[in-house]
Formats: sequence, C-alpha cells, structure tokens
Amino acid sequence: MKDFGYTVIKQRTIDYDQFDGRLLSDVLRMEPSFKTCLSCGGCTATCSANDLVSFNIRRINLSLRRGETYELESEIQKCMLCGKCMLVCPRGINIRNVIMLIKKSILKYKSVQL
Amino acid sequence: METTSFIWPFTIGLLFITSFLVVIISIWITSLSRIDKSRIVHSIFTRKSLMAIGEVFMESLLHRKIFRKNRMLGYMHMSLAFGWFLLIIVGHIEAWNYYHSFSVPAYKAIFFPYFVPASASTNSGKVLAASMDIILLFILSGVLLAYYKRLNSKLFGMKKTTKLKAGDRIALSSLWLIFPLRFLAESVSAGIHHNGSFLSQPCGQIFASLIPLQSIEAPVWWAYSCSLGLFFMALPVSRYMHIPVEVVLIFLRNYGIRVKKRIGGFSRIQVYSCSRCGICLDSCQMTHAAIKDTQSVYVLKHIRNRNLTDEKLFNCLLCGRCQPDCPVGLELNNLRITQRIESTKEYNSSYEYLKNGKVAISPQTEVIYFAGCMTHLTPSIIKSMKEIFKVANVKYWFMDEDKTACCGRPLMQVGQYGAAGKLIDHNLERILASGAKKLVVSCPICYKVFNEDYSMSGIRVQHHSEYLLELMAENRLPVNKMPLKVIYHDPCELGRGSGIYHQPRLLLDEYVELISVKNEKESAFCCGGSLANIKIHMNERNQIRDKAMDEYLSYQPEMLATACPLCKKTFAKSNNLPVHDIAEIVYMAIHKNKIMNPEEQKFMEKSKIGL
Amino acid sequence: MKHIVIIGGGIAGMESACALTDAGHWVTLIEKEAQLGGKLNQWSFLFPDFTPAEKIKDTLFDKCQERDFSILLKTEVKSVQTHQKKFNIETFGGQKLEADAVVVSSGYELFDARRKEEYGYKIYDHVITSADLEKLLRPGSDLSVAAGKNPKRIAFVHCVGSRDEKSGNHYCSKVCCITGVKQAIELKKRLPEAEIFCFYMDLRMYGKHFEELYREAQEKFDIQFIRGRLSEAAEKMDKSLLIKAEDTLSGRPLKMNVDLLVLLVGMEAGKGTATAAAKCSIEYEDSGFLKTNDTFLFSNFSSQEGIFLAGSCTAPMSVNDTILHARSAAMEVNSWLRKQ
Repeated sequence: MKDFGYTVIKQRTIDYDQFDGRLLSDVLRMEPSFKTCLSCGGCTATCSANDLVSFNIRRINLSLRRGETYELESEIQKCMLCGKCMLVCPRGINIRNVIMLIKKSILKYKSVQL
Repeated sequence: METTSFIWPFTIGLLFITSFLVVIISIWITSLSRIDKSRIVHSIFTRKSLMAIGEVFMESLLHRKIFRKNRMLGYMHMSLAFGWFLLIIVGHIEAWNYYHSFSVPAYKAIFFPYFVPASASTNSGKVLAASMDIILLFILSGVLLAYYKRLNSKLFGMKKTTKLKAGDRIALSSLWLIFPLRFLAESVSAGIHHNGSFLSQPCGQIFASLIPLQSIEAPVWWAYSCSLGLFFMALPVSRYMHIPVEVVLIFLRNYGIRVKKRIGGFSRIQVYSCSRCGICLDSCQMTHAAIKDTQSVYVLKHIRNRNLTDEKLFNCLLCGRCQPDCPVGLELNNLRITQRIESTKEYNSSYEYLKNGKVAISPQTEVIYFAGCMTHLTPSIIKSMKEIFKVANVKYWFMDEDKTACCGRPLMQVGQYGAAGKLIDHNLERILASGAKKLVVSCPICYKVFNEDYSMSGIRVQHHSEYLLELMAENRLPVNKMPLKVIYHDPCELGRGSGIYHQPRLLLDEYVELISVKNEKESAFCCGGSLANIKIHMNERNQIRDKAMDEYLSYQPEMLATACPLCKKTFAKSNNLPVHDIAEIVYMAIHKNKIMNPEEQKFMEKSKIGL
Repeated sequence: MKHIVIIGGGIAGMESACALTDAGHWVTLIEKEAQLGGKLNQWSFLFPDFTPAEKIKDTLFDKCQERDFSILLKTEVKSVQTHQKKFNIETFGGQKLEADAVVVSSGYELFDARRKEEYGYKIYDHVITSADLEKLLRPGSDLSVAAGKNPKRIAFVHCVGSRDEKSGNHYCSKVCCITGVKQAIELKKRLPEAEIFCFYMDLRMYGKHFEELYREAQEKFDIQFIRGRLSEAAEKMDKSLLIKAEDTLSGRPLKMNVDLLVLLVGMEAGKGTATAAAKCSIEYEDSGFLKTNDTFLFSNFSSQEGIFLAGSCTAPMSVNDTILHARSAAMEVNSWLRKQ
C-alpha cells in the first residue's frame, strides 16, 4: 500500500502477512454493502467504461482484499460513474460510493506519505 | 443625563451590527466575479431595483410564500417582520412629528414614550400613538404564536424544526423578550406619565394599582434596551442573519446573479439567507427512509459552520423537491452541487483512454438517437423507439447502440465537473461530426446534460416524450386510445430538472386515460433511484419508492407511466403495478395491445388485489 | 374419526392426503385448478434421472384413486376460522367444512422473468424460460419456433429471480442449477450440433446423483460452464441475441451471440401461498415462504397450532424433497391428533 500506482512488479504469491488493510477497512467501514460481493461479474459485464477500455470493476474488490493495490489509482480513474453496475448488482452494492471512497482514500494515504 | 444611560446597550448593538453588516456584505460583493459585478453596476439604476424592492416587501416583510404554504406560519413571520418594520417606521414618524425635525437620533424614536412623558396633544400624535399600540399588539400575537410553536410544532403542520446552537439561543431569547419588554416598558411609562394609547394606558393603570411604578421605570427600559442590544450582538452568529442578508440576496438575484459552480460571495449570501424555517424538511422524501439529518436546511447550516461531512453532503437525491417550497427561493440543488465540486475537486478523472481509443466515425445523419446507459437495461424502451422510428419513417443513427462514453451527468451530480467535461468533449466531437440537426434522448439524466452543458448550436436536443409528441402532431404516429387508467410519474431530471411537464401528458392523453395525482409536476415524488445520492442504502431507496408507490396505488391505476429508464427500473422492482415508459405505450398503441397480452392483464388483476 | 382439510392439491397435498387416509383419518383435499398435480403438470422429465413427470403423476393419481377421500376441484378457500379447537373452513363456492387439523400445501409460483427486463423475456423472440423449454422438450414438440431452424448456440442463465436483490428474492431456489444441467443435456440430445453454455454464479449440486449429472454434462455432452452472471441481452437484426457477462475465472468481459437464451427461473412463494397465510393467519418469512417452527424437528409446524405445512410453500424444494416433506407432515398431523 505504500505507493499506489507506482509499484509494477506483481508478487507471485499473495503474501497475506504483508497485507496493509487500511484502505480496505476504510472503504468497508464507510460502505458496508461492499462486503457482500459475490464476484458474479455482472458489474464488469455491463460496465460502460469497460466497453471502451480494459477495466474490471469486480476485480477492485478482490484487489483490495488481497492487498494488491498497485495500479489501483489508475484503474479507478477509468470509471465514468454511470451507475449501470448498481442496477445489475444482485447484492445491491452501492458501487458508485465505493469508487468515490477509494478515490478519496488513495488521496488521503498518498498525502500522508508525502 | 444620568437616567438615559440605558440607551447605550441598544446604541452599541446598533452600531456594531451596522458596521458588521457593511463589512461582511462588502467582502461578499467584492468576491463576486467581474461579470456579476458589472451586472450590479448595470442594473442598479434600472427597473430591476424597483422589482427587488417590491420583492423585499412581499417576501422579507409580508412572507407571501410562507403564507401560501402555511397560513399560521406565514402570519407568525409576517407579524414579527412586518410588524417590527412598521414599529420602527411609525416610531420614527412619531418622533419626527413630535420634534418637528428629521434629525432625531434613533434611540429617541425607539424609546419615544420614555423621552416624551406626556400624552399626545395633537390629533396626529394621538393617531400615531394608537397606531403604535395596534402594531405592538399585532407583533405580540406573533410572538405568542412563536412561543406556542416551540412547544407544539404540530399546530403548524410541520414535522420538526431545526435544532438550535448557542448563538441562535441567545438571539432567539432576546428576540422573544424584545416585544414583551417593550410592551412592559411602554405600559409602565404610560402608568406614570399617562402617555401611550388604548393598550399601554389601561395596562399601565393596572400595573400602577399593583406596584409603585416610579422605581421600576428605568429598569424595564434598561431591560428593553439590553434585549435589543443583545439581539444585535448575537445576530452575526445566529440564523437571524437571514433578515438583513436576504435583502441583499433579493437585490442580487434581481440583477441576474446565480450560484456558480464554485463557492463564492453569492453562494455565501445564499447560505446566510437561510432562515432555517424547516419547510424543506416537509417536502424531503429522505424522511420516508428515516434519514433526517441531511436535508438542505442542515447542509446549509453545516456549510456556514464549516463542519459539513461527505456523509451528509452526498446523502441527497438532488430531486429538487425542496426548492420550489423554499420561501427564500434559495438555489438548494446548486448550493449542494457547488459543495460537492469542492469536496471532490482533487480526484477528477482525465479519461485518457477516450483520446487514445479509436473513435468510430460518425455516420452522416439528420437525427441521432441516444438511448443512455440505463436504457440498455430496459430494452423494451429501445425496442419501442426503434419500432417508432420505423413506423414514422425516420432515418437515424443509434449513437450508443454498441459502445459509447457516458453523457457525463452522473459525474456532475456528484460534483465531478472536471471529469464530466472530458466525457462531454468526447461525445460532442462525435455528435458534431455526424452533421445531425436533432438529438433524441431516452434518458432524462442524459437529456439535461445534453441540453445544458453541451455547446452544440444548431442541434436540437429532445427527450423522446417531446419528440414523440412532435411526430404525433405531424400525424406520423398512429393514435389509438386504450381504455387504461394511467398515472404519469414525472422523472426529477425531466420535470423539475428541465421543466418538461406538459409534453408527456399531452402525448399520454392521446393514448390512455391519464389520471392526475396530488404530488405531480413540481411536487412530484422522486422514485428513490436517483444517481445523485451515493450514500443511500438500497433498502432505504426501496422505502422511498414504496411511499411514492403507495400514493400512486391509492388512485387504483392500471399502469404507471414514466419517461425515464431509471424510474422505470426502480418502480418495476416493487412489483405492484405494471410500469411502462411513454415510448412503450406508444408502441403498444401501434401494435394494438401487443404487450398487453392476457397474461399481463392477469398480472394487473393481481396487482389490484394488492398482494 | 378426525377430519383434516388440505389446502392445495399439488404433489405435497396428494401425498399427505394419501398418508393421512392410510392413518385412518377423513381427508378433504381442496384444489383451485381443474385437476390435481400442481406444477408437476408442467414438467416433462425430472432431474436427475430423466424420469418422465407423467410417470410420477400417474402413480400419485392412482394412489389417490385407490383411497377414499374427498377432492374439491376448482375450489378456493374463502376463510379459515378457529373455533373451540376446530377449524371452520368456508370456500368461495359456499361450502362449509369443519376440520380438526389443516395442512397447507399451497406450493410456489415461478418467477415472472419479465421482471428482469434486461434479459428481454417477452421482448425478444428467442428468450424463453426453463418452464417454457420444459414444454418444448416433450417428444414431438417443435423447438424451432423458439430456437430458430438451426440454432448454433444456446445459453442458459442461472439464478434468474433467485439470489438477486433486484428481483426481491435473496434466497437460492435450489433446483434451478440441476434443472439447467438436465435441460442442457436434453437440448444437446435434440440438437447435437449446437454449442451449449451455462452461465452460473455457483453450481449447487446438492442432491443425490446431481454432481454425477453435472459431470456427465461436461464429459458426454460438451456443455460448457462459464462462471459469470449475465448482465443484459440485446437483439440483433437477425433476431439472434448478443449477451454480455464477465468470464470471472479468466477475469475478462465476454460477449457472445446466441440463437436461444433460456432463463432458469426461480421459485417464489407466490400468490396462492400468500393468500393461504392470510386466510389461516399463519406467519411467513421475508421471502414470502411460510414460517416453520424450526429448521430441524418442527419443519411441518406453522405458527398456529393445528395448522401444518407441507412442501414448497415453506421453501424451494425438488419433487422428491416435496414428497418426503409431505409424508412427514402427515406423520406429524397424525401424532398431534392422537394427542388431542
């Protein structure tokens, strides 16, 4: 979690012991519905941004849960906030809020490190 | 004179508040944009100022808008504001009349009965003294109502009033004391000097019969002066700042100044103009989901106190229902959006991929059809529109049939104007390249942004309800009235957002039996699905929807019509009533009830049972 | 002799009527339709072994025929009143019955797939539900109306109206997974040239031989399983359907053109069960299914003494689970009556 968007090397194994869960716990605290993701992929399938660029919104949940926050900053930028995913989500997750929270939290942790 | 030292609390207070107001209003006005400043310069000596004076009289003094909404509340505000105003004016006239001079200091007019310890000798003096008593009686009736309202707000039909802070408490208490104390002071003086009129004199006599008045005359005038002084001193930190600031607001608004997409002098004037009357709470549907701390009145208060959290700022549907009801006419939605822009300004996306990606070449066309992201999840609308284009023999380009950037409006609703601009530029390029003259849109959210924020002169943007009405008027659509009782639900972005109330109704009138409901047009409900709220939980959205649905069901309609894919999806989810878009209804008419097969009729019967 | 009224003449009602008659009670079975059998009448072959539904139905009918109990067809219950430990039941036809115990076996309804508008049921020509397909799977029926002359690709969508907040049904309907596998195999037998895909979120092969059937579908019938929920379908000019999903296991969005889309619709408590709950004043759950006293030992007991529950009015159930639940209901009614 030290530098969003700057580490490029992806570890072979998910090292859970190195997991910095601050960003995840921030988001889950503010938007508990995010906990209920089924990983069904409906959001990614319907995503308007995904039609134009490779963007997998479902993976954001997994990435956060595995502490794989590299490229998260640039990934999250791709969302156009159109809200289609929320109309599809079988668990009624407030996805747009999740996006906004992640954007804000990234900024918060970046400024702390500077 | 030793005995007149009681004038000082009042005089100091008056000097303080006058200089404070001069300073703060100057700061606000200097921070206006250059264009706004030139608006003031160019309008100040025109009819606009007269209009503003008229509005100040009607709204700040008479409180006409509150009166319309709630007579009791209107009377209370009017008696206090207009009564006090008259008291000051008539008091001054009384003083001028007595001293035969216009250069009477304010305290001599305000404390007139103390300084003139004799009953009026002239006829005009007697009339003025009587008027003063009438006015005071008028105000006191309002003060009584105010006391009662504090105790029991139900009398005023209001759900709740706003909570008070220390500054407000001081100002409120002193305001409530001012008039009873004045009445007391006048009566005491009248009891001693036999001045005053029909109210103060007999009361003075009664007091005189109870206690020796000489010793309490100075203290009661002291108390009156102190309550005035305290009120003036507490004014800047209380909600009563709205009294002077609203006057400035009315003038600036008449000069054509509006809230911009940034926090500035005018937005601060609007924030300070909020009287916290709480009328916006009554119309807010968030209360249907038991969310009671995010309404406009609270948000404006938090903005003023600089303690607004994202949780409150973004927990609003921006449906705009509170706006028409605001007696001060504040731009509540714009104020909130301005705040959202500020809150999210540091992380606007740049959407580089839109520039890098290959944009499909726009075909040359007269008419563009843009369904909208949401509409792709209500394929029945798209199918109906395609069929209608075919029947009306229109050649068109279905711009977002395959892949297209979002219109940008959902980003704007959460304050990401910078990011939205990138999407707008991208779409604009494609639209302009097609050479189209008309852009038909199925989603009101897209419609609003295309209409207001895309600079494309020569291209007419129409929501499909307008477009279909036009086709019908040109006899290009078959008309076939169906015997169905239908309620039309106004989508927020189309109705209050864009002022389109009549076109969908005119269209529906030709196809079905439209029934009107209590909350429609300007006061129409939000479906609860609004994209503008990013904090609300799904079950809370459902509660808001159910409340709206309950009202619709009470009219026993056979179908709910709307003109927005999001409203359709939201209402259809409740599974109580068939919900169709206007385009689908036209399609049904074309195909003579193709959609309304026996199964659907069965479904409708089921819905009537109210399962 | 004790009198028991059973509300609902589907398989649960039939089975418990037989069992209670055998136990020496007098039974009246009330059914709103013109014939007994309920939803079983709509099925062609049953999972997991393709037993013809007809066979099960005939056996149950024969069983009923052999026994002596009264059946009221085309009859709906108007009211159920409790009076001195007796139940007074009135029908809309004006009949009045007095019962010592009541069994509610009002069954379920299928999810109305039009509520998932994005899948295009009744909007696009080639979108059908599993119930529609079941009729088309009968020998001699014409598949081409729904699937076109020569369908190359067919997709099944799992969890339509189940496990979905948007449909208002949070629960799993349990039987759709295996139904999908069964129907995919049957379709493949009829259309050997067609590619068949199942889009699932989780495959819940909970029952005996279910997993084996799933394996067979992969091994012998080349049915392909893609883990991802369909987001929407769009109709193309040639009436084929473009469907969108994410292939979540490869982590990439997927688009596919299909000639037929089959929606595996879930089970809902439905109107019949809601009415029964209201008439009998018994509790139901948020899902609409009737509330049982517990999950383990009292799964046939309703919230009101003397009113028992049988079958899929309590939860989504397969045919064999329903029959077992109906038998246990009969047993509970019998031992309760003996204690009275």
